[in-house]
Amino acid sequence: MSLSFLQFSSITKKIWMALLGLFLMVFLVVHLGINLCLLRSDGGTWFHAAAHFMGTNYVVKVFEVVLFGGFILHILLGIILQVKNWISRPVQYKVSNKSATPFLSKYMIYTGGIVLIFLIIHFMNFYFIKLGWVASPVEMLEGGEPDFYETARWLFAQPFYSVLYLVLMVVLGFHLNHAFGAAFQTLGLENKTYTPWIQGFGTVFSIVVPLGYMIIPLYFLIF
Amino acid sequence: MKLTLKIWRQENAKAKGRFVTYQLDNISPNCSFLEMLDILNEQLINKNEEPVAFDHDCREGICGMCSLYINGRPHGPDDAVTTCQLHMRKFSDGNTIVIEPWRAKPFPVIKDLIIDRTAFDKIIQEGGYVSAHTGGTPDANAILIGKVEADLAMDAASCIGCGACVAACKNASAMLFVSAKVSQFALLPQGKVEAKDRVKKMVAMMDELGFGNCTNTYACEAECPKLISRSNIARMNREFICAKVS
Repeated sequence: MSLSFLQFSSITKKIWMALLGLFLMVFLVVHLGINLCLLRSDGGTWFHAAAHFMGTNYVVKVFEVVLFGGFILHILLGIILQVKNWISRPVQYKVSNKSATPFLSKYMIYTGGIVLIFLIIHFMNFYFIKLGWVASPVEMLEGGEPDFYETARWLFAQPFYSVLYLVLMVVLGFHLNHAFGAAFQTLGLENKTYTPWIQGFGTVFSIVVPLGYMIIPLYFLIF
Repeated sequence: MKLTLKIWRQENAKAKGRFVTYQLDNISPNCSFLEMLDILNEQLINKNEEPVAFDHDCREGICGMCSLYINGRPHGPDDAVTTCQLHMRKFSDGNTIVIEPWRAKPFPVIKDLIIDRTAFDKIIQEGGYVSAHTGGTPDANAILIGKVEADLAMDAASCIGCGACVAACKNASAMLFVSAKVSQFALLPQGKVEAKDRVKKMVAMMDELGFGNCTNTYACEAECPKLISRSNIARMNREFICAKVS
């Protein structure tokens, strides 16, 4: 990555941050659709079919590269922007700011950092097994492919992992709550008629999507 | 009213500052915040002590000079007012009031509560004007402008450049100020001619001066004494995208 990337203007960096964020939100919905297949009592037939499609389809494979790039760039830009923000106020106030602001908006770097920790755990539990970097905790499928259906069931059967997963999903919801509306504001897509709807949709999205993910460990914990 | 004041004292730009505590008695609830500081300074002068240096000029909310961060809020606990329009009735008898200068890397402290806001002037110098020769007074209706656009431009132009937006923002971002200055021209036909150059240059200068990035917390909008809307930031982002891609 050339130095010119760092020299992009603040707004350019934020526009990329917003576009990538929205792209990652679409990915979250697709991923949720596949995860919900775990709830079917079909021995993992649907889940395996979906995972096989995602693992072999050429269009999806191209998007996989875009997705990794998107994640890395979104995280990198977030860190670059935040470091500049910290530098911009070298002397802090004695009395912390009491301005009326949306609570979660002030903690995006922290909620984002926690989501990143989840991402690393998630990669270690699934993607690194696929790459052969980490040993699978369950038996592999015929043909040597990792059995992510059984892996997921095995992980969610552990209360510690399930509770951690639930907590991290709540934090993801906090991150999304501010992110959705902020992305539209950054892209300049703001007007009196549509902005309340965008904000409302963002709030619903930030509740429904993490809740969708949370249903799965809850199901495995309860049933 | 009896008050305890904790005020940031700093001899000059290079000196190390500290908070000094002062006790004030017999302050009328009807006196303005700056008048209260005047009373304090009179007492300090009578005791042969250095008075507290603070910025002020018009004292009627127009000039944007007063710039005090009071108990965690720029311009204090009242909404949509400058420090000079703040009255002591907004506080209670026995209150402790902490008074700090704006804190941001591009706004260095000159002395006590006075900061250097040259950074805003530098941003304006990059394009916060229309460079066309206007000649004499133009005819009022020579260029027709819609009422909505005219009102929005006027709202944006009401920014007095006090810097409360920067002071309130957790990132010390100047996006609300710059976007108001960009918007007031971008909305009007006279300003559209140089709009692309203007937004690119003003944003570049804002970045160069060391202001932080906007993270859409909207503290700027909440603390702006002139109620400048966050819509201006979205408009500037639109203007910036259009300027970059065309």
